[in-house]
Amino acid sequence: MNSLFYQKNSSRNIGDKVFTSLSLICVVIAILPLIFLVTYILIKGGAQITPELFTLEPNPPGDDLDAGGINPALIGTLIITTIASIIAIPVGVGGGIYLAEYSKGGPFSRFIRFGVNVLAGVPSIIAGVFIYALIVSTKILFGSMYSGLAGGMALSILMLPTVIKTTDEGLKLVPNELRYASLGVGASMYTTILKITLPSAFRSIATGVVLGIARAAGETAPLIFTALFSYYYITGFGDLFYEMGSLAVLIYNFALEPYDAQNKLAWAASFILVLSILSVNIFSRILAAFTEKTKRV
Amino acid sequence: MIKNNKKAQKNHILSLEDVSISYGKFEAVKNIFCNFKKGDITSLIGPSGCGKSTVLRSLNRMNDLIPNCSLRGTVLFDGTNIYDKRVDPVEVRRRIGMVFQQPNPFPKSIYENIAFGARINGFVGDMDDLVELSLKKAALWSECKDKLNDSGYSLSGGQQQRLCIARTIAIEPEIILMDEPCSALDPISTLKIEETMHDLKKNYTIIIVTHNMQQALRVSDMTAFFNAIEYEEGDGGKVGYLAEFNSTKKIFSSPKEKTTQEYISGKFG
Repeated sequence: MNSLFYQKNSSRNIGDKVFTSLSLICVVIAILPLIFLVTYILIKGGAQITPELFTLEPNPPGDDLDAGGINPALIGTLIITTIASIIAIPVGVGGGIYLAEYSKGGPFSRFIRFGVNVLAGVPSIIAGVFIYALIVSTKILFGSMYSGLAGGMALSILMLPTVIKTTDEGLKLVPNELRYASLGVGASMYTTILKITLPSAFRSIATGVVLGIARAAGETAPLIFTALFSYYYITGFGDLFYEMGSLAVLIYNFALEPYDAQNKLAWAASFILVLSILSVNIFSRILAAFTEKTKRV
Repeated sequence: MIKNNKKAQKNHILSLEDVSISYGKFEAVKNIFCNFKKGDITSLIGPSGCGKSTVLRSLNRMNDLIPNCSLRGTVLFDGTNIYDKRVDPVEVRRRIGMVFQQPNPFPKSIYENIAFGARINGFVGDMDDLVELSLKKAALWSECKDKLNDSGYSLSGGQQQRLCIARTIAIEPEIILMDEPCSALDPISTLKIEETMHDLKKNYTIIIVTHNMQQALRVSDMTAFFNAIEYEEGDGGKVGYLAEFNSTKKIFSSPKEKTTQEYISGKFG
């Protein structure tokens, strides 16, 4: 008879230990790049943070000059992301509503869902080239070529699939009983969606939208083809139709400069970008937790 | 056809004339003829899968929401066929309310749960009064008058179901359909809902689906017994039909059909 006590040296228990350690090693290897990357950027970039960074224009590269600040790029990123959100959120939420509430799972909605998945997998540079061909090279926007507006459009293409998918899935999680309840008291489809289903799905939709924004804000490739870059302050509405700086493109441009001052500026911009994307993600978590609580009152 | 309508109108608020309902190719119920009298409580009873819930849902076009569900025949409400192409299902549901099997309050306050339906139906008047009246009619007022702003989910299951009844009453329907309203509730809550139904009878026509024969006996004036038979082609599928429709007393004391007798005495179902 085998004893009931734990036997350290049995092949089964040894195998168990080896496997546990192996999977632990793998997870450490997986998480290490993230930790290194974030700490490296925080240390390298954090050292460059000064108040002037947020207020000054970047100076043109040259070894005898101070690098200046990233104000135009910071504001530019905000503006371009806002434009992208203004386009992608209504269209995406509307499309998601159609898929989840109106389409009855026919071939058309299957095609749309497939298309959305494909769009989600399209490399971001393709979105840039597409808007370049459609807007920039044709000068269709009042004769302007590279512009913040075109940049926003390119980013909205990247946001769209995330927003559509999360809306669709968020609405599908709302129990059908709630829809029946609303329709049963004589509400129209439209009232039901607006007053009952959408508020119930708000949490997941908002989370998806925020994550979509975070993804778009960090994109570089589509902006190189569309918004390009600018060294100068954004002063008015008209600047939307001209080249516009952004943090991502600033990093791309200045990291490649041979001058130390510009490299440092790129580090600083990386710091700001990583920090803001991180905080947007944390914000979406808080939003989720907050709405979760209020729902259960 | 028109003659028929006039005859039906007399005392019958709702009439089914040769109604068959199918899900896709599968026929769920077949050739139902049935008249519901105004001011009565009518029970629909029968074994599982005989299509009584399907019939109930067809009465206010809730079946429209189920993909592939189609209906042949005529459902006359106030002399109008509610399956006429010109009929707006939203209007139908405003006049024929429904209470579901699972209590399904809106994720809103108790007050808003009731005000929602009234508001979208263009109610003008004192909303506070309406909420109070509806809750009183549903016998819920004394239990929740101090917490009208709490979420509807804070109530117990039985209270939630009575909230759903109050919500339905608030839109002043002519008929209230109830789909096994007590199946998710404990006996005490069930009794309360049955008392509520007795009070509601004065102003509304009620049609209720129930699996509980004692409940049918307690609450209803008329009882419709549905049964299911195998297809003639014999591929194992079943189709429901209305086996017997009579006053509750007669159904339970001297049923005409053998199957009714067997069902109410608990031999199958």
